[in-house]
Amino acid sequence: MTTAIEINCETGEVIERELTADELAQREADAKAAADQKAAEDADKAAKAVEKDALLAKLGITADEAALLLG
Amino acid sequence: MANTYTLIASNTVGSGGAASVTFSSIASTYTDLLLKASCRSDQSNVARSWRVQANSTDITARNLDAEGNPFVVFSGTSANMNTNGTGSTSNTFNNYDIYIPNYASTTAYKSLSVDGAVENNGTDANLKLVAGLYSANTAISSITCVINAGLFVQYSSFYLYGIKNS
Repeated sequence: MTTAIEINCETGEVIERELTADELAQREADAKAAADQKAAEDADKAAKAVEKDALLAKLGITADEAALLLG
Repeated sequence: MANTYTLIASNTVGSGGAASVTFSSIASTYTDLLLKASCRSDQSNVARSWRVQANSTDITARNLDAEGNPFVVFSGTSANMNTNGTGSTSNTFNNYDIYIPNYASTTAYKSLSVDGAVENNGTDANLKLVAGLYSANTAISSITCVINAGLFVQYSSFYLYGIKNS
């Protein structure tokens, strides 16, 4: 069972209910969108890491030495 | 400067878990709102795993993340926050503050800020800052925490405070 909790701040009433069919469908779409976004960010980070390694090799310094320069 | 904090409502998730937690019928009598969230997912993939809605609407956002070991810093447009899950330290819950100033305005869009941390037994961590915007002049009367997949596990807790500046 997939439950939504609703707290009415005016009355203090707490309702726990099952998600509707529409909410379940929206939830599937949200999960896919979040996963796609994470995959895009990971790809971007991986590409930048490759660029960073290439630049370090070009400069002939290590990552630790680069950190010293930038720190 | 805020000088009063009033607990409006809170909820601790029960044994069945929850897909979302909503605070509704929030009175417009405060100056700002502060939501403190300490939660954990039942999933292993916990990056970008949950988000906040105002009046059932997703906020738009710019985010700054520092994560991994060693830290990698990156930015983006994600309002999705990370949390602890089955792949991280047992019984560890994330720590997030969501601050919404001027939430009751009926003449302006509402900005909000999010800062939070997810810790994984000292071997990995995620720090996140989000600058968000609720693009409507309507007063915010409900806030929903939504997990994108899986459930918030038992003992995840959400505390909503109202803050007055006088």
